Amino acid sequence: MNIQKPVSSIYGNWKEKFSSQWASVLEALKNQFPEAIEEVLLPESHPVDIPTFFVSKAGSLAVLRELKEVHGFSFLTDYTASDEGGQKRFHLIIHLMNLSSKARIRMKIQLSEQETFPTLIPLWEGANWAEREIFDMFGIRFDGHPDLRRILMDVRWEGHPLRKDYPLRGYQVFLTPEPIDPELFK
Amino acid sequence: MSKDGASDFFTTKLEDMVNWARKHSLFPLPFGTSCCGIELMSTLASGYDMARFGAEVVRFSPRQSDLLIVAGIVNLKMAPVLRNIYDQMADPKWVISMGACASSGGIFNVYSVTQGIDTVVPVDVYVPGCPPAPEGLLNGLLRLKEMIAHGETHSQRRERALKESGA
Amino acid sequence: MNHENSRNFKVDAPLDIARWGFPATYDVTLKKDSDDIFEDSKVLVNIGPTHPAMHGAFRCMARLNGEVIEKSVSEFGYTHRAKEKLGENRTYHQFVVYTDRLNYCSALANNVAYAMSVERLMGIEVPERAIWIRMMCAELARVIDHLICVGINAVDLGAFSYFLYGYHQRERAYTLIEKLCGARLTTSYTRIGGLMGDAPEGWEREVKEWVKETRDVIDEMDRLLTENRIWLKRTKGVAIFNKEDCLKYSYTGPNARAAGLDIDLRRDQPCMFYDRVEFDVPVAQTGDVFDRYYVRLEEIRQSLNILTQCADRIKKGPIWSEDKRTRIPEKERVYNTMEGLIHHFKFFMTGFDVPTGEAYTPFEAANGELGFYIISKGGPSAHRMRIRSPSFWHYQGLDPMIQGEYIADLVAALGSINVIAGELDR
Repeated sequence: MNIQKPVSSIYGNWKEKFSSQWASVLEALKNQFPEAIEEVLLPESHPVDIPTFFVSKAGSLAVLRELKEVHGFSFLTDYTASDEGGQKRFHLIIHLMNLSSKARIRMKIQLSEQETFPTLIPLWEGANWAEREIFDMFGIRFDGHPDLRRILMDVRWEGHPLRKDYPLRGYQVFLTPEPIDPELFK
Repeated sequence: MSKDGASDFFTTKLEDMVNWARKHSLFPLPFGTSCCGIELMSTLASGYDMARFGAEVVRFSPRQSDLLIVAGIVNLKMAPVLRNIYDQMADPKWVISMGACASSGGIFNVYSVTQGIDTVVPVDVYVPGCPPAPEGLLNGLLRLKEMIAHGETHSQRRERALKESGA
Repeated sequence: MNHENSRNFKVDAPLDIARWGFPATYDVTLKKDSDDIFEDSKVLVNIGPTHPAMHGAFRCMARLNGEVIEKSVSEFGYTHRAKEKLGENRTYHQFVVYTDRLNYCSALANNVAYAMSVERLMGIEVPERAIWIRMMCAELARVIDHLICVGINAVDLGAFSYFLYGYHQRERAYTLIEKLCGARLTTSYTRIGGLMGDAPEGWEREVKEWVKETRDVIDEMDRLLTENRIWLKRTKGVAIFNKEDCLKYSYTGPNARAAGLDIDLRRDQPCMFYDRVEFDVPVAQTGDVFDRYYVRLEEIRQSLNILTQCADRIKKGPIWSEDKRTRIPEKERVYNTMEGLIHHFKFFMTGFDVPTGEAYTPFEAANGELGFYIISKGGPSAHRMRIRSPSFWHYQGLDPMIQGEYIADLVAALGSINVIAGELDR
């Protein structure tokens, strides 16, 4: 694919710089969690820019903790989801960065429509709002989240806008301002 | 005009004088939500200086202002808030819709965006542009002043209609 | 909830005005309803969504004990414009205009970041002149963004003339940007694989003149405010967000560097020609409002250095890549040949196909790491267009940042982290 072509003049050549580190991290993870790592897509063989690996839901928290505490991927760059359709409809997508080498890595978790996922707040407190946004936009619920409310849309909104079946122009009109939950200030 | 005409003649002149006073002392409430808010700031700042047209004293309380400048996007979560603010302003009041987002939704015809704030509040002057240059806003302001002098704004027409119906 | 009902002032006996002490019979009890959010001496304050001190449309509700914030809850979404959904419904070229409205204080930097991310996904190389112009755009955007941030932060704390100094320079920069692309604020200057148009003759020279002027203005602004006693009292040690907090909440950009978290993608993962220019990365240690202000002021100076270096090195040359897939057909061909017209029509009506793949492209925008994560499944529009905006993560840190601070310092803290509503809500 085209992405394999090094685009050094636009962006630093990550593949040359980090491929040994990526390989060692993925090797260690595969040895430690043989049943959790489902699939690994490498930039050498797939159209991705950084290694992307699928992790089972059960083993994902352990893998993330290992990545954070042992391999130094301690910076949660991005946490989002995508609607892929099919049986395992949603992909949770987590981007991590290593603060010393600045290598990045991408981890995905496949979830079906009704499945929930444990919250990442114990690992990164910043995951709080990202999870609220995923809940708002895709309707994925997070177990153990302290305050799983809608974040961008009105709390009275129905449906989840970034799902593929939500229409682009699905307006919902409210005549009064958004109500505040007094429980928030207790 | 009534049959003898005397008092009506005087009233019209008074109204003209009041309108003349009104048009020279506008107190804008900047309802700046996004990009247009930055251009509104440009208009207020030293380069374009809205003070030249007598509308520089920005009031952030709806009770103290009579000109609502809606600068930027008003989405469906914000629309009831905008209506609340408009209702809190004392009559007579004027609304300038600044920019494409406020006037029609602009390039954002999506689930979360109000397609024009005239579905929420009555608008007197629309200023096109995304965002309008400060000259555009100043032109809109001058247009509004003309309208106030002639009593053409929504608020004044409403006032007149109430007077005529005897309420 | 009705305010009168929630506080039940019960007077057992008529108040004896002659006794000026506090009579034992005078009993003020606070009725505790189930929905009573006023607890004893606690007051709930709501700021926003249309408050002058909130820059843009967001909301912060705080429970106060006296003047101290005990707990605050931040709300946003009042300018949500569904840009991620639009990214799935618009072609790649059409989406350029939506990137302007992300961080509208520095629209050029967003354009550059977006164009770079699609080019990276397609494997397109951009000619040298285009890259230098893009770098200048990004740095120009950074300067004017920081100018408005420090200016508004000062206005909120009462220094209005300081803002006018910065804003005047910003207006001069608008003139430069107008010469480049015809627009002041929402520029839409980059195209995928190139630029909208070449920079006009002598533009670099004008930028250099502007840089010289701005350097003097920045020094003047520095002298005007930085050692002002009131300013120091309002900002030093206020709203501290240290390095550990920054790591927890994924802070990037000047806000992280003010707390000693030394990351700058321009230096650490150089894109474009950032490895060919010399600049320093200012890092402070405390992470209070003053540090965030001063790091930004210093970054303006560094960006001005980069601008001068770019202006010196820029050479004449093409601004469009050799790749024909994304190249907008030349007007001469469109107006004079049938094939050119058909090409033009097809190009703008259906767009171009991007091969299957996914890429996350980070860019050091004015506020921090702005990333575009694009999943393409072929076809002219993205399958998923994720925008990783720095303001989203910065605003999340506001609640822990202002806990235990005075309510007046909320304004200082919010101004100093420079949350932009368009980027926050997307």
